[in-house]
Amino acid sequence: MTSGGIRRSFTAWATLALALFGGVAQADPSPYQLNMERGASTWSQVPYDLNNISLGVCVVIGILVFGAMFIAMFRFRKSRGAVAEKWSHNTMLEVVWTTIPVIILIVLAYLATGGITSWSDTTGSQMTVKVTGYQWKWRYDYVDYLGKPISKVGFMSKLDTQSDQTRQLDSGMDPYAVKVGDENTYLLNVDKPLVVPVDTKIRFVITGADVIHSWWVPALGWKLDAIPGIINAAWTNITVPGTYRGQCAELCGQDHGFMPIVVVAKSKADFATWLAEQEAQSAAPAAAPAAASTAAAPAAAETAAAPATAK
Amino acid sequence: MSHAATHDQHDDHHGAPKSFFQRWCMSTNHKDIGTLYLVFALVMFFIGGSFAMLIRAELFKPGLQLMQPYFFNQLTTMHALVMIFGAIMPAFVGLGNWMIPLMVGAPDMALPRMNNLSFWILPFAFTLMLSTLFMAGGGPAGGWTMYPPLSLQSDSLAYVVFAIHLMGISSIMGAINIIATILNMRAPGMELLKMPVFVWSWLITAFLLIAVMPVLAGAVTMLLTDKYFGTNFFNPGGGGDPVLYQHIFWFFGHPEVYIMILPAFGIISEIIPTFARKPIFGYKAMVFAIASIAFLSFIVWAHHMFAVGLPMGAEIFFMYATMLIAVPTGVKVFNWVSTMWGGSMTFETPMLFAIAFVILFTIGGFSGLMLALVPADFQYHDTYFVVAHFHYVLVTGALFAIIAATYYWLPKWSGRMYSEFWGKMHFWNSVIWVNVLFFPQHFLGLAGMPRRIPDYNVAFANFNMISSIGGFLFGASQLIFLGVLIHGVWFSKKKATDRVWEGAKGLEWTVPSPAPHHTFEVPPVIHDDELAHGHVND
Ligand code: HEM
Ligand SMILES: [Cu+2]
Ligand SMILES: [Cu+2]
Repeated sequence: MTSGGIRRSFTAWATLALALFGGVAQADPSPYQLNMERGASTWSQVPYDLNNISLGVCVVIGILVFGAMFIAMFRFRKSRGAVAEKWSHNTMLEVVWTTIPVIILIVLAYLATGGITSWSDTTGSQMTVKVTGYQWKWRYDYVDYLGKPISKVGFMSKLDTQSDQTRQLDSGMDPYAVKVGDENTYLLNVDKPLVVPVDTKIRFVITGADVIHSWWVPALGWKLDAIPGIINAAWTNITVPGTYRGQCAELCGQDHGFMPIVVVAKSKADFATWLAEQEAQSAAPAAAPAAASTAAAPAAAETAAAPATAK
Repeated sequence: MSHAATHDQHDDHHGAPKSFFQRWCMSTNHKDIGTLYLVFALVMFFIGGSFAMLIRAELFKPGLQLMQPYFFNQLTTMHALVMIFGAIMPAFVGLGNWMIPLMVGAPDMALPRMNNLSFWILPFAFTLMLSTLFMAGGGPAGGWTMYPPLSLQSDSLAYVVFAIHLMGISSIMGAINIIATILNMRAPGMELLKMPVFVWSWLITAFLLIAVMPVLAGAVTMLLTDKYFGTNFFNPGGGGDPVLYQHIFWFFGHPEVYIMILPAFGIISEIIPTFARKPIFGYKAMVFAIASIAFLSFIVWAHHMFAVGLPMGAEIFFMYATMLIAVPTGVKVFNWVSTMWGGSMTFETPMLFAIAFVILFTIGGFSGLMLALVPADFQYHDTYFVVAHFHYVLVTGALFAIIAATYYWLPKWSGRMYSEFWGKMHFWNSVIWVNVLFFPQHFLGLAGMPRRIPDYNVAFANFNMISSIGGFLFGASQLIFLGVLIHGVWFSKKKATDRVWEGAKGLEWTVPSPAPHHTFEVPPVIHDDELAHGHVND
């Protein structure tokens, strides 16, 4: 084995170990990833912890139950001369194995209820972004930031060209060659990502324009359906700057697998610069053709959302 | 009059009609109709299985190699519809038809002609549904859940809705028949609390069927009128609500998943005591657990909808209710293990499948418990983690129970012993490959792979390839099953005894093997010692 081979297998094992024991720095999916990622928002720890705790509980119960089963299968085989006993009842045991699960469930339910409560609280947000699902792309409209309304910053976000060409049937192109830097971004990259600031409570209002989609970035810890005629709300507060990738998670037609989501979280200062650029661009008449194409889309989104407002 | 008419139909009281058409198409005999159901289910199992092979072939590596995404979506949709409504459900009805009259000492099902009708609807329903694959617009591609507005975009909606109506009518008739048989046709002395657990499980399942199949029919009819008759039940543009469909669908859908598992519970509760040679632990608790699971199944439906944006109170209610189901489910598992404890066990093929059921179904129950936790489900929902969950409960749960039942009762049906060696080959291959197939899907889901996608990022490549290899080998292993069945029905030289299994108890083992065309024309005299649960005092 060459030293390269050793290094490579070491990296593979390291990734494996990382994935197993918490995926500390990891945000996007990695090969042989075994567990959920911890995420990068103030709330994303909740599902991660619940996942690990409930998995732990299941493993312990599993070891006990399957252990008892295997002992029984070994000890009470006819070929070892076991003679069947006659009993078929034991009140003590039955009470115990009904009560103990109930107690475990109460603990789990308590933890989960806390998680739901904090997730549902969208009050006190410092920024609002409207997310609209289309067959088969996303639209992001910036509504307000730090109490000030934002006008005309909104755009479509769809699968990047390289992935799109590669994913065609018989394209002859290699999915492994679709990269940004070191990272393989096949089917997980877009032409224009959603840019947001870190350390800001961002409220997302999510809806669908045609069929139901679901907006999911694993690093944020949740997914929420984008449903025509309904406006759903959720929030996030990203703590680490970075690029976070996700995908549409509700079957929405032929290209359901090809409408990824990319969220770029920047420092507050960088975000302010970016936002100013965008506002300037949409105000400038030079951007007219681009603006015309995006202008049609919000109109469509408005019509789709109208019944909900009428309710 | 009616007596005379039925009498005329059996030209020979002791054998089956000679002509093929008369015997199989016009049959009113519960055994022949049971056989029809089982053969139909086996055919559907292989059709649905071939769709699965195509799905796993496309997912073998990243990039699209074999098919367009739209066809992929047709395959996933059809795979589920065929497996659920064509394979699992008819297989259980077939087992019920064959065994319930034998187990309660009845001469036949209560409504033999309706029995014929409820079977013969099915081939037409499935021909109709499968034919859409060859139509210009293709088959349904919106998933078996058929969520609008997406499902309304399909050209074949009307065909599928009509097919589902037919399947629903068939199921309801089957359920009525089973309830009528169990409640009215038991031999004297076969009290309700002496019935085999399998009979109990079917009685409860039949009530579930009657309660929820009309709800499904209503939901799909509303899809139909929304698409073709200008209604707006689910169309937000006209004041409707797409989420309403999901509530209606899952009000059917969750009890439906229990329709597919309760009879399996019944089967396992017959097989384990037989091969442990020890009465089932906690008979009454087993029956009560089935009944409470059935009841709870009506109040948990929105756990399939945690990500649609329900109000917080609803999320919490449905989470608690769902978690509650784990208690009676746990009781069942503990009771099966206790039945084995202190027994005198042998490990023939039915027992092997039953033991695999207990372990692997429990793993599916564990992931179910994890899915019930709302914040965690925000991550799991609509990923491969859910795919792994429901395949553990449905393949290694429902399907393994059906296979176990087939090995268990086949000698009674055919009068010949199947090949134990090849049965065990089938078992070991199935149990190994099914885990290679489905276990890695947990990891894929946790790493973030959504379900129902034809292509994926290269980070998901390793486990997908492992899963596909497991899939192909699991599929191939089922050809062994086919071989064992053909051999065990027609060719095996080894004759089965009446009792078949040393530890077997119950009325079905008191009739000859193969079971004659007509049994229990005179109600049997029941000795409690002969019954598996003749002396229940707990
Ligand atoms: C301990 C018992 C169980 C619990 C707590 C449980 C819980 C759940 C939950 C919460 C989901 C929704 C996951 C999601 O979509 O995010 C789910 C999905 C599912 N479960 Fe279970 N489950 C249990 C047992 C079963 C059984 C016995 C079956 C069938 C035999 C079953 C079949 C399914 C199916 C088919 C789905 C997916 C439906 C779909 O979206 O297409 N489950 N289960
Ligand atoms: Cu989508
Ligand atoms: Cu359910």
